[in-house]
Amino acid sequence: MIVERPRDLRIKKILAHGFLLIFLTLIMFPFLMVLSISFREGNFSVGSLIPENPTLEHWVLAFGFDYRRADGQVISPPYPVLLWMWNSIKVGVIAGLGVLAIATISAYSFSRIRMRGKAAMLDGLFLIQMFPTTLALVAIFAIFDALGEVAPILGLDSHVALILIYLSGVTLHIWTIKGYFDSIDRALDNAAAIDGATPWQTFRYVFLPLAVPIMAVVFVLSFIGFINDYPVASVLIRSESQMTLAVGARLYLNEFRYLWGDFAAAAILSGLPITVVFLIAQRYLVRGLSEGAVKG
Amino acid sequence: MTTAEFSAPPAPRPWLRFGIVAVITAGLLWAAFSLYTLGQPLFGAILLALAGAFALVFGSERFYGTRFILPGIAAVLIFIAFPVVYTIWIGFTNYSSFNLLTYERTVEVLTSRSTVDQSTEQPFAVAADGDAYRIWLPESGLLSEPVSLTEEATVSLSPAPEPDALLERREAIQLREGLGQLILETPEGQQIRNAGVRTFASVVPEFVQTGEGELTRSDGTVLTANHDTGFFETPEGDQVPPGWRVNIGTANFERIFTSEGIRGPTLSIFVWTFTFAALSVFFCFSVGLLLAVILQWEHLRFKPVYRVLLILPYAVPSFISILVFKGLFNQNFGEINLILEALFGIRPNWFTDANLARTMVVIVNVWLGYPYMMLLAMGFLQAVPEDHKKAAALEGASSVRVFFTITLPQILPPFLPLLIAAFAFNFNNLVLIFLLTRGLPDIPGTVIPAGQTDILASFTYRLAFDNAGQQFGLAGAITLIIFIVVAVISYANFVAMRRAASRRSGQPA
Repeated sequence: MIVERPRDLRIKKILAHGFLLIFLTLIMFPFLMVLSISFREGNFSVGSLIPENPTLEHWVLAFGFDYRRADGQVISPPYPVLLWMWNSIKVGVIAGLGVLAIATISAYSFSRIRMRGKAAMLDGLFLIQMFPTTLALVAIFAIFDALGEVAPILGLDSHVALILIYLSGVTLHIWTIKGYFDSIDRALDNAAAIDGATPWQTFRYVFLPLAVPIMAVVFVLSFIGFINDYPVASVLIRSESQMTLAVGARLYLNEFRYLWGDFAAAAILSGLPITVVFLIAQRYLVRGLSEGAVKG
Repeated sequence: MTTAEFSAPPAPRPWLRFGIVAVITAGLLWAAFSLYTLGQPLFGAILLALAGAFALVFGSERFYGTRFILPGIAAVLIFIAFPVVYTIWIGFTNYSSFNLLTYERTVEVLTSRSTVDQSTEQPFAVAADGDAYRIWLPESGLLSEPVSLTEEATVSLSPAPEPDALLERREAIQLREGLGQLILETPEGQQIRNAGVRTFASVVPEFVQTGEGELTRSDGTVLTANHDTGFFETPEGDQVPPGWRVNIGTANFERIFTSEGIRGPTLSIFVWTFTFAALSVFFCFSVGLLLAVILQWEHLRFKPVYRVLLILPYAVPSFISILVFKGLFNQNFGEINLILEALFGIRPNWFTDANLARTMVVIVNVWLGYPYMMLLAMGFLQAVPEDHKKAAALEGASSVRVFFTITLPQILPPFLPLLIAAFAFNFNNLVLIFLLTRGLPDIPGTVIPAGQTDILASFTYRLAFDNAGQQFGLAGAITLIIFIVVAVISYANFVAMRRAASRRSGQPA
């Protein structure tokens, strides 16, 4: 143990806590401001951190109800925040489950089934996953514009189209789950094979139950990724009723219709659940993230 | 691998599987054919290939192993690899709002255009006649034969007294679809059509197809199809919109590199993209590492509290925090400027001054990105052997020196692939730029939308989707530039990963 003099140690401690506290004040500033703004009157007003005349107007509107001001004026909600939230959750859950199914099955086959060209395919997947979907936006628009003429459900402004594009986000997760499967003892598959299980049955009855923890991580990760996606959703989705939260939230801060207070309430309302999920899951997520992903 | 013969649960009946495979294959083939008939042979071919692969892999026992992998590979190829290649291919075409259609559709659109001969225009009314209708032209006193108004029809007019019961205007408007398909023939043999909500008139088509790739305008001018420019052109070379999509070779690239109004901004955006990504990674890494080192200090208390609070910016969905910053930085009523004015009496123009806007973009990005680096650094710091540090400290090295000579060199190699990935991510960080500044303030003197804070990805996005021009072709060409950069980064990351992996397996911790 390195011996330090108590006096030096105390100064160091004060410095460390002081630095962290100042840093945290700066970091937390936006959160506190937004909380304060959501209770202020009006959409432009400025004031102290603790609002002088707190009002629930922005919150009532965010929940989709009409708000009656003291002077009798009735304000209607500017945007359907809860509908956008529902759209985001719907698309995120379905795409997340789809990614989970495809990634788990592919990871199993990459880990266990003998195939020609497997190493090359894995390297290819790794290289391809570096290319962001932002590179393909023009084509994605053109493809779904054309598909929409065959079947409108596959066209622009459809959640199905969005989910299909999101399914392409499997590459990274294939890697994550494959790493997990690689660490499972081969004796297990041999035992299953001796009992006469087909590869599919080995996967279904042996590997799938074992993979539940890593699957939870992959699901939460991809779900958060899809909820956060802006570029693809903004290209594919045009009508207000189909928008996801990420696309819709921008409308609040339009230059010609600046709804700062309404935005603050809607942002807290919609951001809080995702933040809580993330904080609960973060201990498990960090490992999955450090496999090479950057949150989008 | 064994087959299903000895399996515990009963094997699915083969005819059932063949049935399902056949139905899905048929569905895919139908979709492929529909796309082909719609003038999208490329997309049709891709679906055809998918249908073939699906039938082969799931129909035959030989490709049992491939069944597991086909969905993943198909998703990646169809939704990542193909779109990227297709976007770049669009870079070699003139696809834009002026050249949006296929050649066949362009001809259709042009020949369906028509001009109304004003002198023949006259009001009409509709009279019900049992299930059918008659058209009454009050000015010329003509009444049509009964017509059902559900399909294309040509009926003749004859002089008649005014019918008793004429439909209300509102009811007549509901019939407008049928009216649009109706041709009336006057006793003189002139054909008149519905020319608006209230009138019928002689309608002359503006263009008539008079030969292969040749249209004749109503004024007699002959237009020829120019498949190099994608427009019908008059003999003088005037282009008649709309045009169609054609391959224009490297013209888009020539525009980027030679047109003064495009080359300048593109170059400036290119440089800023690199600067932005590098600065973001550097500051995120430095701040994250510094915090991780402090949090690792054995004498520090309240570690879990600090940790959770410090992670918070990472946990909040980024599209929300970016918009929050957009509001806070607002020049007129943003809280940041209010505080700065109260403290120092300044109101920086965060959104209209180029340098301040760029500074703001980097500040926000570091706020968003440092927790990720901090989390990673905390993991890697734990792997640095404690006795190395102690030995150096006993030799009399200061803690700063220990950090730079012992700790940093040990955590950098495993960190490298992640830093490269973060660089690639920020290189294409469209969401940040788009939600915060939309690329503004604009670079002066450009012919295309280009801003001081635009990065290549947001520049492409704005070219393609954000202005009236919809310059998909030019956007595709710039995508190729991004593609090349990303490919190089991607390969560098691949190599770094390999090195890190072999280092890990080479020397056990």
